[in-house]
Amino acid sequence: MSSNTTDNTGYKSYLEEDGGRKGIFKWILSTDHKRIGLLYLYAMMLWFCVGVVLGLLMKLELIAPGKTLMEAQAYNATFTVHGVIMIFLIVIPGLPAVFGNFMLPIQIGAKDVAFPRLNLFSWYIYILGGILVIISLFGNGPPDTGWTFYAPYSFKTGTNMLPAALGAFVLGFSSILTGLNFIVTIHRMRAPGMTWFKMPLFPWTLYGTAWIQLLATPIIGITLLMVAGERILGIGFFDPAKGGDPLLYQHLFWIYSHPAVYIMILPAMGAISEIIPTFAKKTIFGYKAIVFSTLAIAFVGYFVWGHHMYTSGMSGAALWAFSLLTFIVAIPSAIKVFNWISTMHQGSISTEIPFLWAASFIFIFMIGGLTGLVLGSLAIDVHVHDTAFVVAHFHFIVFGGVGFAFFGAIHYWFSKIFGRKYDPSWAKTGWIIFFIGFVTLYGPMFYLGIKGMPRRYFDYLEEFHGPNIISTLGAMVMVAGFLIILVNLIKSARHGEKTTEMNPWGGTNLEWQVPTPPPLENFDEIPVIDKATYKYD
Amino acid sequence: MSESIAHHDEHRDDEASKLGIWLFIFTELLFFGGLFITYAVYRHAHPQAFHMAAQQLDVAVGTINTVILLISSMTIAMATTSIQKKDKRTTLILIGITLVLALVFLVNKYFEWSAKIDHGIWPGSPLLEELGKGDTLFFGLYFFMTGLHALHIIIGMILIIVIFVRVRKDKISFDNFQLLENGGLYWHLVDLIWIFLFPLFYLIT
Repeated sequence: MSSNTTDNTGYKSYLEEDGGRKGIFKWILSTDHKRIGLLYLYAMMLWFCVGVVLGLLMKLELIAPGKTLMEAQAYNATFTVHGVIMIFLIVIPGLPAVFGNFMLPIQIGAKDVAFPRLNLFSWYIYILGGILVIISLFGNGPPDTGWTFYAPYSFKTGTNMLPAALGAFVLGFSSILTGLNFIVTIHRMRAPGMTWFKMPLFPWTLYGTAWIQLLATPIIGITLLMVAGERILGIGFFDPAKGGDPLLYQHLFWIYSHPAVYIMILPAMGAISEIIPTFAKKTIFGYKAIVFSTLAIAFVGYFVWGHHMYTSGMSGAALWAFSLLTFIVAIPSAIKVFNWISTMHQGSISTEIPFLWAASFIFIFMIGGLTGLVLGSLAIDVHVHDTAFVVAHFHFIVFGGVGFAFFGAIHYWFSKIFGRKYDPSWAKTGWIIFFIGFVTLYGPMFYLGIKGMPRRYFDYLEEFHGPNIISTLGAMVMVAGFLIILVNLIKSARHGEKTTEMNPWGGTNLEWQVPTPPPLENFDEIPVIDKATYKYD
Repeated sequence: MSESIAHHDEHRDDEASKLGIWLFIFTELLFFGGLFITYAVYRHAHPQAFHMAAQQLDVAVGTINTVILLISSMTIAMATTSIQKKDKRTTLILIGITLVLALVFLVNKYFEWSAKIDHGIWPGSPLLEELGKGDTLFFGLYFFMTGLHALHIIIGMILIIVIFVRVRKDKISFDNFQLLENGGLYWHLVDLIWIFLFPLFYLIT
């Protein structure tokens, strides 16, 4: 035990090291990557609660045909704000901003990221973006265009959509600067001996993600600026009456927003690739296959945006090219799933909480991925386009994928981050309720979509009533599970049993070789790496 | 976290900060890339109108501004060289010339824009609506892209002013000039984008 616990003498954890500041300034002026990671975590937690409430309101509205809670306009505003918050404020920054910030420098054996002040600045930009989104709720009423801000809605609507679009623009800056910081950090600050192929997989996926953040985000930036120009000056870029082309907006939007899906999912895959070998006590199967499939996803992901627009009007040749590429981009994702399952094969698996999240991630992700192929097929997509099927699909991928990986990651790294333990029985209860609720919530929507129920309507035909009731009940169950998880984590972070155990799960990466919680600069001496990671003897 | 800042400075990594500015330049190129795509699409849709509209622009002013930016790129590059030769005075003069040239560019731009606006051409103006879709889009793109470029000039000038002050205070010196070099790289980017804007709007008629 003694070698596995932290010697508390002569060592100050990052939580005690306050840089001589008081109260909240300990946090908002600190350039420590670990504190910045937590700043993101807390901000995101608040936003997530707002997003969940909005989502629940929508499901409550849909519990019966006709008006239950709100009319069309309020419903439109609800799904728009829900989408903007969930996409731009939570899943896109998501794992990189929280766990990337916290774990990346530790996992590659560095004392901080390459540009610590820029890192803190990125957080302030993130907060500014959030404030703009809040501002959009007032004035002429919240935006009602959907989070996609499609033209011509986005410049015709009388609602207050400009601040929301500018918020997304500003959040893009935060994302770009975080990506830039991570790329430079990974290039310049790996510990001596840590060659590219000795680097753990979570940093690898952050690396792939960072390139997408860097190269795709500017496109949405300029597109949203053009929408702003449209609204403020009436330039006419996307206005058919002035010669503009609304379809061009859709292209530009998805040139970013499809790769953005990989910004969300790649780090989630990275976290899963950390959790599974630790709890299977086996070397990850096909390390290089995971690395190369990560890069392949990041690369091919740029060329599939057209599959969001099968019904918008494109040439036949473009359609089948996008469909083919969509099928191709599924291959590297499938490779990863095979790798995770092969890693578990003949491993000595311990079904701790993080593993449960990881295993259920694979299950949910498979469903999300395979239904993605259904949507990627041209003929079927025409049938299910803009139906509840699409909503179910991307919630399985984006919420199921990123959300499950996020919860898995926080349960995996919790004691390292906070130096306290969470209550495993509550965590397990929360997980099972959340999981059941999740499947009950989104499962029926596949059926509804195939039957033809369109998305983004507050009302529906009587024949869709039954599955909608099940779905709404699922939503309530899921929110109950979420509350259990949240309360358990918050309580444990504040009052949980203290622990200094360095490596509770038997992980092999560097984060398990620093004290719990880590000191300010992580390492007294930069470690020298002489062997590959994920080795179990 | 004063310790960590001190630590950051003592482990200065010029390569890292150069890599950082290069990555930022990539994002800027893609940022304008979205507009270049838009330009290509609409030029393809309205070749004749774009042809006619481009003739309305003053090639002479455009050429002068191109030369101004090219020279300013040269002077900032020379400043990076002269600081390494420990010649602070020349460095300051060269940075100063860069700033003046940038300002002249903006003044030219101001007169150019004012002339257009005097003729009733601005984004969404009634005259443009009369002239038709091609002209609306051409001048919409013209104002948007040169406007965004001018904004980059202004940001670049602020950056160069910061660099000027830091050279004066010897915070930038022959063995610590990465900020100057990075500022120069950024300035070259601003120049480079103009090199594309100039033919697209003024020369291809």
